[in-house]
Amino acid sequence: MDRQIRRLGLGLTALFLLLVGQVSYLQVFAATRIADDPANATRQLIAEYRVDRGTILAADGKTVLAASRTSRGELVYRRRYPDGRLYSGITGFYSLVYGRTGLEAATNDYLSGDAPELAAQTFSDLLLGRPKKGATVVTTIVPALQQAAARALGGLPGAVVALNPQTGDILAMYANPNYDPNPLSSQDPELIRQTWAQLNADPTYPLTDRAVAELFPPGSTFKLVTASAALENGDTLTTEYPNPHVLGLPLTNATIQNFGGEYCPGGSTTTLLTAFTNSCNVIFGEVGLQLGPDKLAAQARAFGFCATDPPVQTDCLQPTLPVIPFGQSGFFEPGRFPVPGYFQQRDPAVAISAIGQDNVLANPMQMALVAQAIANGGVEMQPRLVTEIRDSAGRVVKTFDPQVYGSPISAQTAAAMTQMMVSVVNNGTGTAAQIPGIQVAGKTGTAQHGKGAAPHAWFVSFAPAQDPQIVVAVIVLDGGNLGSEATGGQVAAPIAKQVIEIYLKGGA
Amino acid sequence: MSATAVRRLRTGLGLLLLTIAVAVGAYVAVGLGLRGKVPGNVDIYGPLIAGGFLAVWLLARKVAPGADPVLLPIAGMLTGIGFALIFRLDAGLPPEAKLAQEQVTWLLVGLGAFALTLLIVRDDRQLDAFTYTIGLTGLALLLLPVVPGIGVTINGARLWVRFGPLSFQPSEFGKVLVVVFLASYLAAKRELLSQGVGRLGLPRIKDLGPLLLAWGTSLAVLFLEKDMGASLLYFAVFLVMVWVATGRPAYLLIGLVLFAIGAYIGYLAFSHVQLRVEYWLHALDPQHVYELGYGQIAQGQFALASGGLVGTGLGRGSPGLIPYAATDFIFAVIGEELGFLGTAALLMLYLGLVGRGLRLALERTDAFGKLLATGLTASVALQTFVIVGGVTRLIPLTGVTLPFVSYGGSSLVSNFVILALLVRVSAGPWERHG
Repeated sequence: MDRQIRRLGLGLTALFLLLVGQVSYLQVFAATRIADDPANATRQLIAEYRVDRGTILAADGKTVLAASRTSRGELVYRRRYPDGRLYSGITGFYSLVYGRTGLEAATNDYLSGDAPELAAQTFSDLLLGRPKKGATVVTTIVPALQQAAARALGGLPGAVVALNPQTGDILAMYANPNYDPNPLSSQDPELIRQTWAQLNADPTYPLTDRAVAELFPPGSTFKLVTASAALENGDTLTTEYPNPHVLGLPLTNATIQNFGGEYCPGGSTTTLLTAFTNSCNVIFGEVGLQLGPDKLAAQARAFGFCATDPPVQTDCLQPTLPVIPFGQSGFFEPGRFPVPGYFQQRDPAVAISAIGQDNVLANPMQMALVAQAIANGGVEMQPRLVTEIRDSAGRVVKTFDPQVYGSPISAQTAAAMTQMMVSVVNNGTGTAAQIPGIQVAGKTGTAQHGKGAAPHAWFVSFAPAQDPQIVVAVIVLDGGNLGSEATGGQVAAPIAKQVIEIYLKGGA
Repeated sequence: MSATAVRRLRTGLGLLLLTIAVAVGAYVAVGLGLRGKVPGNVDIYGPLIAGGFLAVWLLARKVAPGADPVLLPIAGMLTGIGFALIFRLDAGLPPEAKLAQEQVTWLLVGLGAFALTLLIVRDDRQLDAFTYTIGLTGLALLLLPVVPGIGVTINGARLWVRFGPLSFQPSEFGKVLVVVFLASYLAAKRELLSQGVGRLGLPRIKDLGPLLLAWGTSLAVLFLEKDMGASLLYFAVFLVMVWVATGRPAYLLIGLVLFAIGAYIGYLAFSHVQLRVEYWLHALDPQHVYELGYGQIAQGQFALASGGLVGTGLGRGSPGLIPYAATDFIFAVIGEELGFLGTAALLMLYLGLVGRGLRLALERTDAFGKLLATGLTASVALQTFVIVGGVTRLIPLTGVTLPFVSYGGSSLVSNFVILALLVRVSAGPWERHG
C-alpha cells in the first residue's frame, strides 16, 4: 500500500502544481489581457477612479484648471473643474460614460500615472501602500488673458486664440458657446447622460470648440497666405495690378467684386500694399490667378493647411508635440486648402480660393499660426499647450520644448507682410484695433458662408509690430451683434484690441 | 517532558499563535482596507477565534498527545482567511446579511465537533468495528435529500434537508462516514480484492460488486440530486482507496472507463451538465460573457486577472461582481484581493495538509489506519482540486465548497470532523504502545 500512497502523493502534488500553473497563467502571464477584456469594464473603471488623477495647472503653476477630489462610494476620486466653462476648451471632460476629451484625453497617460516616465514613482507608491497618484500637467494658459478673452468676446458666438509669437505657446484659447465639464465628469450616470443629451440637443453645439475643432471660411484673412505667396514669388509691396471693379472668371459663372462693389483706391492700376490695406477682393483674385493653383496651394500647405479633395493628410504639417493630438481626437483641426487638381479644367476658380472662400477653411488657431509665422520672421512654431509634467513628488519628469513647425516664408517676406498688416491697422480696414502707444499689425476678414447668413467676422493680429509679444486671432460667428452688416474690422478687431491691451499694458 | 515533547510543544504553540495572528490579522486588515479602521467588533470576534483555537489545541494535547502539530494550524489558517473574506463579502451585502456572524458560529460549532470527535473516538480502530452500520448510515445521509418532504432543492441541486428551522447538507457528513466505511471494508477485503485473473490481473467478476455499487451510488447522486461535484468526488475517492488498498491499477482503469460512461450518460441526460461544459469552453466569448452561467466563470477570471501578482489588498477588490462569491467562488475573491501570492500560498497550505495526511498514512502500520488517513486526505485534496480547477477554468465548474474556507456550516463542521479524525489517526493509541 505504501507504494500506492507515495504515488498518490505524487499525483496529488501534480494536480496542485497544475492549479498553481493555471493560477499563475491567469494572474501573471495573461493577467493584463484578461483584465483588459471589455466585459470587465466595471473593475477597469473602479481601478481608474482609484488613481488620484493629476492636476492640470495654468502657466503660473498655481491656478487649477482641473483637479481630483476624494469622493464617497466605490469610485474613490472625482474630477473637479473650479472654473469649468472658462477652461473647458483646454481641459475637456473626464466622464465615466463618455470617455475623455481635451487635455484629459491628450495627456491621459500622465494624469493617470501610467506613462513610462512615472513608473519609478508609481512603483514606490505601490510598495509604500500609498494610493497611485497621477502627474501634474502644467499648461501655457495665462488665466488673466483667458479671462480677458472671455470678457472681450462677451456673449457673442465665436472664439479667441492668443499665442506667444516666439514659442507658439497658447496663452489663451476661449470659445463661445462652451460647456461646464463638471456634470459630465460627475459620478452620477443619470446626471451625466442627461447633461450629455442636453448638450447634444442644443442647436448651438456647445461641445464643439470653435477655436480649434471647427472649420470656417477664413475670408479675407486668407489674403495673408495669398499675399505671402505673391511676395515669395517675386512681388513687392509696390507691384501694380489692374484695378477694375469687377473680375470676371472665365470657365466659371462667378465674378469677384470688392466690398460694396467699389473700386479699390488708386487709378487704373493699384499696388499690392493698397489692395491688402483695403482688402480688395478683385486685386487678390488677380493675384491668385497670376500665382495659379500650384503656388497658392504650396504656400497654404507650408502654413499648415491640409488638402481637402481628395483628403490627403501627408502633405500638411505634422506636429510632433504629443500633447496636441492632430485631427484624431478633434482637439485641433488644421485648416484646409484644396489640392491643385481640384482646380483642373476651371483654373479661374483659384481666384475665389485666393480670397478665402469656396473650399478654403480655417479656424482661429490656424489663422493665429499664420500670423505667428509672420510675427516670428517666417518661422512657424507648433502650438504648445503643455510645458512640463511633474510627478506626484513634484519632480519634473518631462518637458516639452518649443518646436518649429515649418518655415513657410522668408524673413524678408515676413517683414513685408508685417508692413502691410501695420498699414491695415493704421490706414485700412482694421483701424478699430489701434491702441495708443502700441503698434498693432492685423488683417480683417468678413467671410460669406451660405446664402442669407450673416458673415463671420475675423481679425488676425499681433503686437507690437516691431517687437511682437502676442498673436491674437478672433472670429465672431454670423456677424455677432451687427448681423449682415458686420465686418471683421467692426466686430472682431475691437475684441483683439482688448486682449492685446490687457496683455501688453498689464492686468496679465 | 522529553526533549522531543518540548520541541513539539514549542512548534505546536508557535504554529498556533501564527494561526491566530493570520486569522485575526486578516480580519483586521479587511476592516482597514474597507473603511480605514479596525473593525468595531474585533473585541468579540478576536477573542472568540483566538480562544476557540487555543481551547481545542489544549484539548488535543490532553486527549491526543503526540498528535501531528501541523494539521490544526493549517486548518486554522485556512479557516481564518476564509472568515476574513466572508466578513469582507458581508460588507458589500444588505445589512440583514450576517454571513460573518453565522460563519463565526459555525466555526465554533466546528471546533466543538473537532473536540467532540477527539473525545468520543479515543482510538480510531473503534470505528473499524462498525463497518456496515457506518456504511449504511453514510449511504443514507448521501441519499437523504431525495426523501420527499425533507429534501430541499437549492440552485437546481437537491442537496439540502430541512428539519423545522434547521437545514443542512447531509452529504457532507455522509462523505466522512463513507470514507470510514471504505477504509474499514477495504482493510478487511483487500487480500480478496487483490486477487487478479489472468496476466493483466483483472479483478474477478464477483469482486467487481463493490465497484459497481459505488459507481451506482455516484450516478444516483448525480441523477437524483443533480449534484455533479459530489458525484464526481465520491467516485474519485472510492477509486483512489480501492487502488491503494489492492495495489491493482486495473481498478483505476476500469474505474476511469466507468467514469467516462457515467459522464457521457450524464452529459446526454442532463442539460445542466451540457451547459457546464458550454460555460467552461465559451466563458469569455463576447456574445456570451454577459449571460449568467458564462458570466460567473468570466467574473472569476476577471477577478483573478485583476488581482494580478500582489492583489488589490484585502477589502479593496470588487467581489460584489462575482456570483456566489462566499461559497463556490471564494477562491476568486482571494485571487483578486491577495493576488497570485495569496492564491499560491493558499494552494501550498492545502498541499501541506495533503502531504501531512499522506505521511500519517505511511507512518501507520495497520491497513485501516493507512486507508482512513489516505481516504480523508484524498477527499479534501480532490475537493480542493475540483473547485479551484472549476473556478480557474482548468476544468468545467462543479459546485463544491473550498474546504475550510468557503461559507457554509455543514461543510465547515464536516471538515473539522475530518481534521479531528486525521489528528486522531496521527496520535492514535499506537504510539504509546510503540
